[in-house]
Amino acid sequence: MVGDVAIRVEGLVKRYGAVTALDGVGFEVRRGELFGLIGPDGAGKTTLFRLLATLLTPDAGRAEVDGCDIVREARAIRSRVGYMPGRFSLYADLSVEENLAFFAALFGVSVRDNYGLIEPIYRQLEPFRTRRAGKLSGGMKQKLALCCALIHRPSVLLLDEPTTGVDPVSRSEFWEMLARLRSEGISILVATPYMDEAQRCDRVALCDRGRLLAVETPDGVVASFDGVLYALSGREMFGLLAAARAEAGVEACYPFGAVHHLRVAREFDPERFRRRLLAEGFHEVGIRRVEPGIEDVFIKRMEHE
Amino acid sequence: MNDREAVISVRELTKCFGAFTAVDHLSFEVFRGEIFGFLGANGAGKTTAMRMLCGLSYPTSGWGRVAGYDIATQGEEIKRHIGYMSQRFSLYDDLTVLENIRLFGGIYGLSRREILRRAVGLLRRLGIRGEAHTRVRSLPLGWKQKLAFAVATLHRPEVVFLDEPTGGVDPLARRQFWELIYEAAAGGTTIFVTTHYMDEAEYCTRISMLVDGRIQALGTPAELKCRFAAESVDELFRRLARGAKRAQE
Amino acid sequence: MKRVGFWAFVRKESLHILRDPRTMLIVLGIPVVQLLLFGFALSTEVNNLDFSVAAPHRSEAVRQLVERIAANDCFTFRGYVDPQQIDRELRRGRADVVVVFADDFDRRMADGISAGGGEAGGCVDDGRAAVQLVFDASNPNMAAAGAGYLQRLLCAGNAPGAEVEMHLLYNPRMKSAYNFVPGIMGLLFILICSIMTSVSIVREKESGTMEVLLVSPVRPVGIVFAKMIPYFLLSCVDLAVILLLARYVLGVPLSGSVAGVVAISILYLLLALALGLFISTIADRQATALVISAMLMLLPVIMLSGMIFPVENMPGVLQALSCAIPARWYIEAVRKLMIQALPFSAVVREFGILLAMTVALVAVALHKFNDKLE
Repeated sequence: MVGDVAIRVEGLVKRYGAVTALDGVGFEVRRGELFGLIGPDGAGKTTLFRLLATLLTPDAGRAEVDGCDIVREARAIRSRVGYMPGRFSLYADLSVEENLAFFAALFGVSVRDNYGLIEPIYRQLEPFRTRRAGKLSGGMKQKLALCCALIHRPSVLLLDEPTTGVDPVSRSEFWEMLARLRSEGISILVATPYMDEAQRCDRVALCDRGRLLAVETPDGVVASFDGVLYALSGREMFGLLAAARAEAGVEACYPFGAVHHLRVAREFDPERFRRRLLAEGFHEVGIRRVEPGIEDVFIKRMEHE
Repeated sequence: MNDREAVISVRELTKCFGAFTAVDHLSFEVFRGEIFGFLGANGAGKTTAMRMLCGLSYPTSGWGRVAGYDIATQGEEIKRHIGYMSQRFSLYDDLTVLENIRLFGGIYGLSRREILRRAVGLLRRLGIRGEAHTRVRSLPLGWKQKLAFAVATLHRPEVVFLDEPTGGVDPLARRQFWELIYEAAAGGTTIFVTTHYMDEAEYCTRISMLVDGRIQALGTPAELKCRFAAESVDELFRRLARGAKRAQE
Repeated sequence: MKRVGFWAFVRKESLHILRDPRTMLIVLGIPVVQLLLFGFALSTEVNNLDFSVAAPHRSEAVRQLVERIAANDCFTFRGYVDPQQIDRELRRGRADVVVVFADDFDRRMADGISAGGGEAGGCVDDGRAAVQLVFDASNPNMAAAGAGYLQRLLCAGNAPGAEVEMHLLYNPRMKSAYNFVPGIMGLLFILICSIMTSVSIVREKESGTMEVLLVSPVRPVGIVFAKMIPYFLLSCVDLAVILLLARYVLGVPLSGSVAGVVAISILYLLLALALGLFISTIADRQATALVISAMLMLLPVIMLSGMIFPVENMPGVLQALSCAIPARWYIEAVRKLMIQALPFSAVVREFGILLAMTVALVAVALHKFNDKLE
């Protein structure tokens, strides 16, 4: 009856006093889709999650989760979503299994009922069953939180920055789990500040200051970049930054890993720039054309805001 | 590289908690003006090692010197000569920008005139002169982090320890933050940084990879990628950290 | 389905309490310590006075009187002293009081002139009294209480003539425990129930777990009641401990209906829990909850409830204010039941007021405690 839409958001507005946290946001998450929300702190991601989890009431607009209206059918939504807030939201003084048992009971199910769903994740936690949750590592905490959010077999998962502060290996494992859950038919809305994680989503929404800048597939986002990008490297990285910014034809220059990314106008001549830098006393200067990534698109869009 | 002056040097540094060895015979050096990336999975022992270097905890065995002072016996001198900034605690939210600067300047014993002089320069450099009397609470996270870094270096320390300084910050703000780090390093300050963003690891002069309390790899990002035949630091990290035997703590 | 969630909740809450030694210490240790502290150390009663006797003629009548005083377990006889040494005796602290018999004590007794008190005085003048009591009044409370008690002892038996007869009902020795036990009960239950519940709810707000709970199908009412149950049970343990200590250690008679005391105490516990819940809806940090509990409740309870300062002695404004303080009604009721041994019907008014306050608080708190974050 609800068709193939898991989350539908239309013109959602939320204000806190004079601050507008969400300013008319609209998008759809399809059933079984892994949908990423990418944006900086203060973009309104947490507010959006709280609205969808029915913890807040919108000032305007409407939204449906799993076919239920977030205002009128809030109670029905609560048994259908699994929600992981941004902060660590387990009981630090309870053990791993006590936390899990508690959240199962909260939703009126037993751990055994849905063990199959969480098994691949919980297996890693099994050796620490009796350890207090507060003594787990960051990555383990997040896995336990995911288990707790899944234990009642929700049809929609709302994950607010689940991997912030987690090391790359645990992050990577966490995303492998999300991919598996998607294959079980669970729709997932996940927020992240890591651009490399965006690549693992079916579609992403770039958001900033309460608005969506774009909703696209990761490849689509990259394809929308309409500029030319060069990577500049050398021994004096800090000096190169200033030199590149002073160069005509360079629209933007920012550090990007081991290199600096230069967004340039069409008429930019890299070879002439390189010679100039060498003449100015820079060492080991290298410049080459590179393909943009999501991060480059994001930076560009944010600069234009 | 060895002709340069070592600001941090550590020999066989070890820290045990009961039967558990959190940091296992670490030996390395960090030179003046370097950006030294201290990488490792959650629980690899990064925080424990960093605490010892900051003079906050005693090593079980081994020794280390930071800014010329012994970490086991001269903790107080070390604290005066280093800057420290973490993601969790950086500035007082309910004080204004200027009040925070004054507070930390005062803690490090700068005179009022000196604090004011440096505050003006700092605010101009960060481009937030108009926000001097704004409460820190209402600044965007990216600005807060930059301000926190500037405050941590207000007393011109020889070494700055940064514990995951950019967690949760957007890509643009992260880059602006790293520009500040570049600038400080170019000015001769030594930077010791932990991060979970592997692209940030590439900004570092050298990186070390901590696995199970031991350094598994140490070198410039390019050297290490070459030695382990990895495309990126991210891949390198995953390969080394997956070999961790220690159960995640 | 909801049942299951509810009991899991109670279990979880109990685990929190059991795992935190500090909570256990506060909840079970403080009542015992406070009760014993108030009961023994901080008493205003007279229970261990040293007395010496200055008598020029140790006649039979004098010896009889001295023996009678010494036989009382409140007084310890320190020996006879020379009338010239009275001041030294008191200054050295060998005695708290010196009983001075006139040289013509026997004759006066025979004449039927009774003992008179020169209480709480420092100097001995050649008064008309047959017996003088010279007190070290550096602690006026002790001196006054001792004087009164000693005077009654002296008068008893051989008090002819114009003596005012005093009868102190219910608490003849004016033991302060009788007064303090109800007061401490009034204070402790507010402390334990309100502070503990409010802090435990606010802690979940602070740690972010509240968000997850609210998103679950368990209703806010369920969350709230599940939180109250373990604290309620703990408070009942406290109640039992306090009553037992009061009866067997402090010797408070518990003369009235124990059932009545328990009934009104349970109502008061519920009220305190509701108060804690109410505080948790206002505060969003543990520290705030603690400050509100302490400042808004502890001080008024101590100052205005009649626990220490009698309500009747307060200015009108404060008396009116004290009506709003639940502890005042509770303490009054417990005193009536426990010490005066009145039947339960005597405290119906207090019971009614407490009941009304409880219902109102629960209603307001539940109204404010909704399932949204705003």
